[in-house]
Amino acid sequence: MHALSVRQLVKVYANGVQALAGIDLDVPRGDFCALLGPNGAGKTSLIGIVTSLVRKTSGEVSVFGHDLDRELNAVKSAIGVVPQEINLNLWDKVSNIVVNQAGFYGVPPARARRRAEICLRQLQLWDKRHDSARTLSGGMKRRLMIARALMHEPELLILDEPTAGVDIEIRRSMWEFLRETNAAGTTIILTTHYLEEAENLCRHVAIIDHGRVVVDDRMATVLARLQQQDFLLTLREAITFLPALPGFDARQVSDHEIEVAVPRSRPLNELFAELSAAGLEVVSLRNKANRLEELFMKLTERKDRTPAGRIEEALQ
Amino acid sequence: MSLSQQAIALATLSRKEYDRVVRIWLQTVLPPAINMGLYFLIFGNLIGSRIGQMGGFDYRQYIAPGLIMMAVITNSYGNVVSSFFSAKIHRHLEEMLVAPMSAATIVLGHMAGGIVRGVLVGLMVAVVARLFTPLPLVHPLTTASVFLLCAAIFSLAGLINGILAKHFDDISIIPSFVLQPLTYLGGVFYSIALLPDLAQQLSKLNPILYIVNAFRYGMLGVSDIDIGAAFAMMLVSLAVLFAVCVMLLERGTRIRE
Repeated sequence: MHALSVRQLVKVYANGVQALAGIDLDVPRGDFCALLGPNGAGKTSLIGIVTSLVRKTSGEVSVFGHDLDRELNAVKSAIGVVPQEINLNLWDKVSNIVVNQAGFYGVPPARARRRAEICLRQLQLWDKRHDSARTLSGGMKRRLMIARALMHEPELLILDEPTAGVDIEIRRSMWEFLRETNAAGTTIILTTHYLEEAENLCRHVAIIDHGRVVVDDRMATVLARLQQQDFLLTLREAITFLPALPGFDARQVSDHEIEVAVPRSRPLNELFAELSAAGLEVVSLRNKANRLEELFMKLTERKDRTPAGRIEEALQ
Repeated sequence: MSLSQQAIALATLSRKEYDRVVRIWLQTVLPPAINMGLYFLIFGNLIGSRIGQMGGFDYRQYIAPGLIMMAVITNSYGNVVSSFFSAKIHRHLEEMLVAPMSAATIVLGHMAGGIVRGVLVGLMVAVVARLFTPLPLVHPLTTASVFLLCAAIFSLAGLINGILAKHFDDISIIPSFVLQPLTYLGGVFYSIALLPDLAQQLSKLNPILYIVNAFRYGMLGVSDIDIGAAFAMMLVSLAVLFAVCVMLLERGTRIRE
């Protein structure tokens, strides 16, 4: 049974904008799925429909086998959601926010208080439990929304850009927490604009563009299909011009740095052999960008092509 | 969710609304008491002393039940409309919408908050009124019933306003242009026996007239309206408003995109 199963989901808003144009998506139980796409691709509409905040135009959604139309309460009970926008009552106390949320799911008060302590400690907010939400930093507010979403122990956690605007240290601690939550059995669907985040955390990736799923596969499979990697190489000696590197597409970035595109079909040893032959000594090497970002840009930036055409080109 | 879980959700929401009323008591409870004190001072003591008696009672005594109801109406309505609309605008209403709470539970929870504020303010105004005039209680059960029914009815009306409102202006239009005129014309300050026949008949279309007179009957034992008709009107209003609230929430009107 899938944690989430979506069939031919369509959403057309009252103003005529079609956000979803017939999406099919399956997220297996226990999965950690990245839901990616440019702004306006339809990610938030999809999450809105699954969490019942947005009404679908047509199509079917089921969560752990419960149909959204016929078993809405079972669907709601199974899901914890962390929205993109801060939607906390900022005048309320941290502890009240999480305990009340548990109460809304029918969790008895004593259990809700015990659960609140667990969730707030896990997200490093226990010391702030008596404070008003408005006094928290942006990162703390995001963590509070995660704690709130976990209060009723959902089987499926949906996070819509949970680390937006959060500093790198807190972001990494949130990654660790999400990994642990997933390892404990919670299925996670994550949307993010930090593609490094998706690549590091997720085993499954679905990319949405123009209201359609253009990629839906295991992360490793998708990344393995990328045919080229770009490297930035730092040279020991400054150069005034870049000698030819036969078989490689290279360009000079600065007097000590060059960028080289390496086809997956060619081993890096061949590149180093060419560099040596050209008399260039390399002191360091790094990926220019994360690999998923390359794919994402290829898929979503070429507006002159259809989604199907872009995916075909990107994966060639 | 089972019935017991819905009861937990209802208790949680009611407690949340109660906490809100108490947390901002300077905005919710104190101003109405001061306002009503001024009404008694100006209309009761200064002008009322020249009016003499109405319906067989000292004018200050005659207007006290109406002023208490006026405070209950305004505050029950205002509490729910501001609480719900604020939650909608700031999006923490989503906390309830994503949870498996029934629409009826959400309605009852907000109604409980409105009743709490209406009752607290009503009692405060009664205390203020007692400083100016003795307050008899001829039919205590009727008084208490009307008190609670009035708070419940206007809480539900406030909830409908909160659900349908799109802008902040929308939550002040109804109180300013509908509720306040109907309250002033609802027999708070006068008996409709003083009005010409046509005005009397028109007044009987005003639901607030029934509530004010039923409450006055409970306190003073006099009314311009048949008490049975007043209770029937209140119970029907309560049922209809409750059904409308549930329907709007279930449909997601102006709440779900």
